[in-house]
Amino acid sequence: MYKLKFNEKVCASCRSADCLLKCQYMTFSGHQEAHGEMMKIMKCKDSRVLDDCVTCYACEEYCRRGNHPFFLISERREEKGMFTAPRPITKQWINMTAMQGKYLVGDVKDKALSCCYIPELGALGTGEIFKDVASAAVFGAEFMCPAVHSHFARMSVIKERLPIVIENFRKLGVKEVICLHDECYGTLTSIAEAYGMEVPFKPVYYMDFLLERMKQLKDKITPLGITVAYQRPCSNRLIPEKHTLVKKIFKLIGVKAPKRVYQDENALCCAEIIRAVSGYKLADDVRKRNIDDMLNAGAEYCVFNCPACQLTLSEKVSKRGLKPVHIIDLCKMAIGEKEREAAS
Amino acid sequence: MIDILTSLIDIVGEKGVSNAPEELWFYSRDPGVLAPHQPDYVVAPKSTEQVQKIVQLACREKIPVVPMGNGMSLAGLVIPLKGGIVLDMKRMNKILEVNAVARYAVVEGGTSQGVLKAYLQKNHPTLRHSLPDAPPTTTIAANVSLHGQGRLTHQYGFNSDMVTGLEVVLPTGEICRVGSPSIGPYWFSKGPTLPDLSGLFLGWLGCTGIITKVGIKLYPNKKFRDVELFVTDRAELVPNILYKLTHLEMLEDINVWFQPKPLVFAGNFHVSIFFTGDTEEEIEFKRKMIWDSLQEFMDSKDGGFVSLFQYMKDMLLEMPGRNIADFADVPKGGGFEYSGPIALIEHYPRYAAKVVELAEKYNLLYASAARLISGGHAMMFSISFAFNRNDPDMMKRVEKALDEAMIFALDMGGIPWKPNFKEQKLTMQRMEPNALRLLQMIKKNLDPQGIMNPGNWEVNA
Repeated sequence: MYKLKFNEKVCASCRSADCLLKCQYMTFSGHQEAHGEMMKIMKCKDSRVLDDCVTCYACEEYCRRGNHPFFLISERREEKGMFTAPRPITKQWINMTAMQGKYLVGDVKDKALSCCYIPELGALGTGEIFKDVASAAVFGAEFMCPAVHSHFARMSVIKERLPIVIENFRKLGVKEVICLHDECYGTLTSIAEAYGMEVPFKPVYYMDFLLERMKQLKDKITPLGITVAYQRPCSNRLIPEKHTLVKKIFKLIGVKAPKRVYQDENALCCAEIIRAVSGYKLADDVRKRNIDDMLNAGAEYCVFNCPACQLTLSEKVSKRGLKPVHIIDLCKMAIGEKEREAAS
Repeated sequence: MIDILTSLIDIVGEKGVSNAPEELWFYSRDPGVLAPHQPDYVVAPKSTEQVQKIVQLACREKIPVVPMGNGMSLAGLVIPLKGGIVLDMKRMNKILEVNAVARYAVVEGGTSQGVLKAYLQKNHPTLRHSLPDAPPTTTIAANVSLHGQGRLTHQYGFNSDMVTGLEVVLPTGEICRVGSPSIGPYWFSKGPTLPDLSGLFLGWLGCTGIITKVGIKLYPNKKFRDVELFVTDRAELVPNILYKLTHLEMLEDINVWFQPKPLVFAGNFHVSIFFTGDTEEEIEFKRKMIWDSLQEFMDSKDGGFVSLFQYMKDMLLEMPGRNIADFADVPKGGGFEYSGPIALIEHYPRYAAKVVELAEKYNLLYASAARLISGGHAMMFSISFAFNRNDPDMMKRVEKALDEAMIFALDMGGIPWKPNFKEQKLTMQRMEPNALRLLQMIKKNLDPQGIMNPGNWEVNA
């Protein structure tokens, strides 16, 4: 079984305790308390963090020293038999994402276009932007990043399934896998690395691909001239170095994203997991603050990276007057492939 | 000896009668597992007067008459067990009146659920009736005559409780009105404050008369409907979960279901909680009340709310739901039948265990969906099995499993819902003797020739 590579010395000597001090859902009196709680977790002792963490992944980004505080919290929770969300919900997610031999594989050669296990991604990975890779789409639980189970503190499921997913891609003989789901890329890089799993192909982050393609299609771009707010997904905390791509893409297609309170490191979760873990009160509060902030920044559109965030928040932002749109659709709008009114 | 066919043609015209083998084949069976039995004639009347004449003819000639809505009970209730005439009521499908202020509708005895729903949507969008989760072609009269349930059963009781008056052709051929329409032009009460004679016909499965008109209560159709889905993996908690929810006294409908396939549903008991409102604020308020009522189960991690994306909500909110048809086709062959006893909610865990036990014993695919009745006084607990119609052995196993399920339900003090003729006999064997005699007295007096849907509720048998 794969083991988490967590450097205890690095954690023990940490002078910032940013992992917990920056947390937006738990408060600590200062470094001493936050650091103390992490030490308890490290030593397999009880900690209120194990009870209260809402699994937003952000501590993976807050830790600047390359450790994996969130994975450690999740490991400890599972070791102690704890559940974040109710047990039947955890069970449902494990069942829902089980591999049952029902997958789709397109015309895959050197490259595969991973649609994870999210049907909405199939429609996004089409058109001029994806014309050379759309036919190489793969979809199904057999190709799904199992990172979602960290929300439920079931790292064992990830450790069991991720090697199979990697092997399934390897069997396709691919050199590159373009990940349309932010979390897939995070899983194949951050989680696989943290557990010492070898990935025998190159994971490509879709926004890298998107930026490159939009540069190639520059002549077709009509600047959109719109103002947006970006909903950063939890999984992006696993790959913070990729977050800058959003701004580059926005710039290329003429989109303004005014500064707002809950952006970048301070981004708020879409709160669907919070709803399952903590109930509606915190989830409603997070969503209200988030959408208020988008509107205060003057946004007309709410731009999504993760389809799950989009499914969760679309109706809510729409009711407040914001148009929900995935960043890929935004790019399709910029090259005239999609009507602005079609954003949904 | 008279020519029955000619006599029937005289009553309803040539196009309304058939004894062609291909037609009799269809009218000899229903989609369940019971063996078919062929009628001698199929007749489709267009008016109460035609029904009356047919019944008078049948009574004179001692020919069995089986009134039929859409024949979708699955329990063989309109299989003509002793041949005779199947009276297909579907041509009597007019909506005769909607009193929007008093909130009731009067429809002919063959009017389908779908026709009334569509009519109300178009002409009275603020009104609705209690739509059962059956195909929209099923009829309102048949549904109330077997004590059907619908989307408003949790709030207002069985659909038969919603009847506001009946017109019936008695087995001896008289036309009789029951309730307020028996003394005036209005169809607002089936019984009170008069002696409630509707009980002579509701629940009798067409054995005491043919319903030619039915008044049915309508209810406010709110602007918004929404649903939450709560899951637990502990059957023993279900009664308490339902108790907390029914205490809210503001839900449209509550269903509890479990099934092993698809895998996403395996191992959990799902509580679909439907609620309505005229504003989004009302919906949100109710949603919070629902969540708050079940907080203790979330705190203990024993239960939680499923994240429902819009497409999932759309599926759950569909009226009537189509998922039953999907379930029927899992083993391929499209067969599906269930036993649906009316039972105490506190017995839910034992019923749930029985479903799994029977499915294992008979090697069948199961599903179960319970609907709460009247704010939680009881539930309809369905023990459902899917089967391949082209697999006689599988159909036999389903029949045995359902027989066993009904014995279990009776042992548990439950009441069979839309019982087939075998289940009726089992029920009568356990009935208190004086109640059974009363049943016999009613049947004998109303149907002295024993021509109405014979084989069903036969006390003398």
